[in-house]
Amino acid sequence: MTAPVTTTQTPTPGPVGEPFEPLILGFTCNWCSYRAADLAGTARTKYPHNVRLIRLMCSGRMEPEFILEGFAKGADAVIMTGCWPEDCHYRIQSVKALRRFLFLRRTLSDLGIEPARLQRFYASAAEGQRFADEIARIVAEVRALGPIQPEIRVALDGHPVAPAPAAEPVEVEA
Amino acid sequence: MTIQAIEPTEAIAPTEAEGVSEGVAKPRYKLAMYWASACGGCDVAVLNLGMKLIEFTERWEPVFWPAAMDAKRQDVRAMEDGEIDVCLFDGGIRTDEDAEMAHLLRAKSKVLVAFGSCAGEGCIPGLANQRSIEHVFAAAYDPELNDVNGGLPNGPWESPYGELELPTLSVRLRTLGQVVDVDYSVPGCPPETERIAEVLGAVTAALDGTGPLPPKGAVLGAGNSTVCDECKRERGVKHITEFKRIQTLAEIDPTLCLLEQGLPCCGPATRDGCGAKCPAAGAPCIGCYGATQGVNDFGARLLSAYASVVDASEPEDIERILAGLPDTVGQFYRFSLAASLLHGGRS
Amino acid sequence: MTAPKIGVYICHCGSNIASMVDVEGVRDWAASELADKGVVVSRDYPFMCSSLGQELIENDIKEYGLERIVVGACSPHMHEKTFREASANAGLNPYLAELVSIREQVSWVHTDKVKATEKAKAIIAGGVYRVHEQVPLEPLIAPVNSATLIVGGGIAGITAALEIADAGYPVHIVEREPSIGGHMAQYDKTFPTLDCAACILTPKMVDAGAHPNITLHTWSEVVDVSGSVGDFKIRVKHKPRMVVEADCTGCGICIEKCPVQVIDTGFEAGIGYRKAIYTPFPQAVPKYPVLTPDDCTYFAKGTCKACEKFCPVDCIDFTQTDEFVELTVGNILLATGFQPFDARRIESFGYGRLPNVFTSMEFERMSNAAGPTGGKIVLRDGVTEPKSVTIIHCVGSRDKNTNEYCSAICCMQSLKFAHLVREHTGADVYECYIDMRTPGKGYDEFYNRILDEGTQFIRGRVAEVTDSLRYPEEEGHEGRLIVQVEDTLAGVKRRIPADMVILSTGLEPQPDATEVARMFGVGCSTNGFIIERHAKLAPVATMTDGVFAAGATLGPRDIPTSVSNGAAAAATILSRIAQGQIAMEPYRATVDAARCSGCRICNDLCPFSAITFDEAAMVTEINPKLCQGCGVCVAACPANAISGSGFSHDQIIAQIDGLLSYPGGGDGRPVEEAVGATA
Repeated sequence: MTAPVTTTQTPTPGPVGEPFEPLILGFTCNWCSYRAADLAGTARTKYPHNVRLIRLMCSGRMEPEFILEGFAKGADAVIMTGCWPEDCHYRIQSVKALRRFLFLRRTLSDLGIEPARLQRFYASAAEGQRFADEIARIVAEVRALGPIQPEIRVALDGHPVAPAPAAEPVEVEA
Repeated sequence: MTIQAIEPTEAIAPTEAEGVSEGVAKPRYKLAMYWASACGGCDVAVLNLGMKLIEFTERWEPVFWPAAMDAKRQDVRAMEDGEIDVCLFDGGIRTDEDAEMAHLLRAKSKVLVAFGSCAGEGCIPGLANQRSIEHVFAAAYDPELNDVNGGLPNGPWESPYGELELPTLSVRLRTLGQVVDVDYSVPGCPPETERIAEVLGAVTAALDGTGPLPPKGAVLGAGNSTVCDECKRERGVKHITEFKRIQTLAEIDPTLCLLEQGLPCCGPATRDGCGAKCPAAGAPCIGCYGATQGVNDFGARLLSAYASVVDASEPEDIERILAGLPDTVGQFYRFSLAASLLHGGRS
Repeated sequence: MTAPKIGVYICHCGSNIASMVDVEGVRDWAASELADKGVVVSRDYPFMCSSLGQELIENDIKEYGLERIVVGACSPHMHEKTFREASANAGLNPYLAELVSIREQVSWVHTDKVKATEKAKAIIAGGVYRVHEQVPLEPLIAPVNSATLIVGGGIAGITAALEIADAGYPVHIVEREPSIGGHMAQYDKTFPTLDCAACILTPKMVDAGAHPNITLHTWSEVVDVSGSVGDFKIRVKHKPRMVVEADCTGCGICIEKCPVQVIDTGFEAGIGYRKAIYTPFPQAVPKYPVLTPDDCTYFAKGTCKACEKFCPVDCIDFTQTDEFVELTVGNILLATGFQPFDARRIESFGYGRLPNVFTSMEFERMSNAAGPTGGKIVLRDGVTEPKSVTIIHCVGSRDKNTNEYCSAICCMQSLKFAHLVREHTGADVYECYIDMRTPGKGYDEFYNRILDEGTQFIRGRVAEVTDSLRYPEEEGHEGRLIVQVEDTLAGVKRRIPADMVILSTGLEPQPDATEVARMFGVGCSTNGFIIERHAKLAPVATMTDGVFAAGATLGPRDIPTSVSNGAAAAATILSRIAQGQIAMEPYRATVDAARCSGCRICNDLCPFSAITFDEAAMVTEINPKLCQGCGVCVAACPANAISGSGFSHDQIIAQIDGLLSYPGGGDGRPVEEAVGATA
């Protein structure tokens, strides 16, 4: 499916000259990636502030609705993290998260949200550094991507969340 | 028509006789039905009540129903606020006229019902929300063949007969609930006629004070589970190895769950109430009854269910199975895109 | 719905949080901006976890009638229990208190005070929104079966088994080899005391074998585990011994009469032979031999049966097949140990190509008086004593190409080898090491002793072991080995001629460690060792309740550490058994039968077999005793019929909304815009 037709406007929120700071929602597994985040903390490993984490018992708890809620409420990207499939605390549940991730990423892409805005990585409880590195990588990627196209996220009035040009009928090429 | 389906015992006479025998005339409630951006199927579903509809008119006075009787907008404007007891509103809000009528009927009605999938979830017209308004016009109209407004039938134009005005398309289709406060909704594309009869009966009883008044926001004429609850097909544990298109199947097992046969049936996530007619006929459920109780995003639920039982663990194998769904939005959001979380949600 | 009365508590954690987060600012912000979400009191305190900090919460619960508590402090893995208990002390259901991390997730990982403060506010908001949806829960109480399963009968497993059995509780040891004893039984001497391994191990093996509370399942493997803490169901496969244990006296005549000799790649590390029917070593426990059909003439050709003919009690049974037994235990200890690094993987050291390159396990067997050479240290020809021996440290350890970790025991084992070589042969000994690591009790003294004995130490990584001579001065060394090493202390390249090279191989997880970990539902790190619940504070517990680990299955370690691990695990398990029951987090999935459509999407999603289908009622059921609370089925249910306590849909959605609804959020809004609202 082709991407939706984009508007000509360039969204540039925030004060001129300041770099775009994305807001990123991250989901963690209680047994691995949350502990990896703990370990990054204990080891004072620095990573960008842009990510806000939620703890689930398992990455397999992830409902696609949580991710959509994140995007709907202003997240510029969402990260799913969990156990390495071979190390899953619940044995085989990490792979269910993988399946939902792939299904959702395709669907989001068809809805106009770039694949890079839904990311995932594995981090064991011992991989604090990896956790920090991956967060830094994703923040940089999303920062380069800029905010979500205002066309995509729709407010209750039916208008894009960021003000779009008035919907004047325009002539378009057939 | 479904007249032949009406039982002879349900004729008008007993009701009338009952009313007469008690010596107290029961009040007659005012009913409105309006179609916004809709196909008219919901109105037809109500008309399909046939003889039963006539029975209902004993208790209901249709005061505004463009599909069935002559009435104009100014007639509604002339009414007192809250004069209409119940308004069944079908169709999504795609034009300024739709929005105006939604606000008008909200003000004039005691009870406003989002009737059918369009008003409730946006339905098929809501799929246009994937595209910009320019794209929608470009897809629908060839400027060479249209001679108004630079080729687009939108808004006012100078016609040979004087100044005329077409409703202006808004940037998106919205559900009724996204525009005005809604009391109840009745799902379905269209709602099943038997369910409509039940709903009208229950609403009558509630207004009479002889039946419970459903809590605000309730979904009427449907269940709280999903279509599988009503589906008679046999089913086992699920392992999807491939999604198939119905036209590619040589034959469909008449008794086995369609999803287990690889058909992307929406039954597991779709609210029950329709009687599972499509699966019974060998066609997968396409989800017209929408999300079930407490679910905010139909597509997310169905997607999660499918993905959970995909029989693959490696990304490339999962992607290969996923490729069997070439149009994910159409599959997961055929009826509910306008009410999806990304498109404003349910309200 | 009116908002519940919420108390918010911001911890300074000394300066751990307060130095990066404006704690007073967060406190005031919560009091004003979150007032409409029910926050009636908001406080900060230097150490919320202290008894005074907890009292603060307890007093507020009573004074303000608080219905929910949100504490912004450290990770829930650190102090969740503390604040739940504080709430419970004041009469508030403990699951109505939520601890959110503004230390590990904020102050310790960020450097911009303004941004960190904004993020802390968002995290507090997430907690406040979340507790709205929190409901009172009660911990699940499960009885603990007093039996214990110990997987692996090495020194760690034996130690734990004896401790538990002596306390009066039943223990099952499952060991895949024919005898318990593990690697320690292969060793000759143990460092640093040089006492004989067999002398200290075999009495314990005998004790374990004879203990009325210990059941040995040797030549056996666990094939399935189900259930959970307090009530595990274990399926054990007894591989066929071809010997009727009940009748066997362990006389050994069958072994003597067996005509087939095979290279013993197991116990003898490939440098000795065993028969097709054998016990790995004379002191094996149990004493019954094992017949391996792959090696046996009868199984290959249908004739022989020498063992059967000569068995005085007629206990050879060629028809035996796998037998399965079911065990029910309350706790499990994994003591599955290690495998030595396969030295073939470092080709430049020539193991497997150059005959006189030996691994440490080969050397252990060679130096053992009960080993194939009777304790004589000889070259591969079996007769020649080496005149010069070079020992290479860190083989398969501290190497990016193999394993990055230090195997912990190799320095000491190498020092021991040096001593044994000199003692047995008087040969010159060179040790090539990277760093000398001797931190145990008496270890460094042992190092000094070996130094005094005249062993040559060369600090440097060995480049190669070769048998080709390259320089004129190497003339005369034909047929010997040359060890090329950079002597980093002298700053020169050395080529050391040697008759024998010993590779001090490191420790790796068992080849099937990952599968074993998965079967028992415990995590292992990417290198394959099991992850402890807490590296320091819970070193023998795993992330899975009721499953413990001890010894080298947790990582490379020496005998004293393995023994202390085993004893520590035994103490923890005994404490559980003594309590008789265990409280578990009440995170469970439940099905609303009225909502369940019987679609069966969830039916095959549970690895713990908690999900079953009632064919008659056409609804799915979840057994709360088997449910582990992962929530996969909750997320999968398209009918919204399954809910998960503790991490419900509404709780998570609320937390998402809270996290994203406050400062710094959305499309790069400048944070200042949202800040000013402080009271």
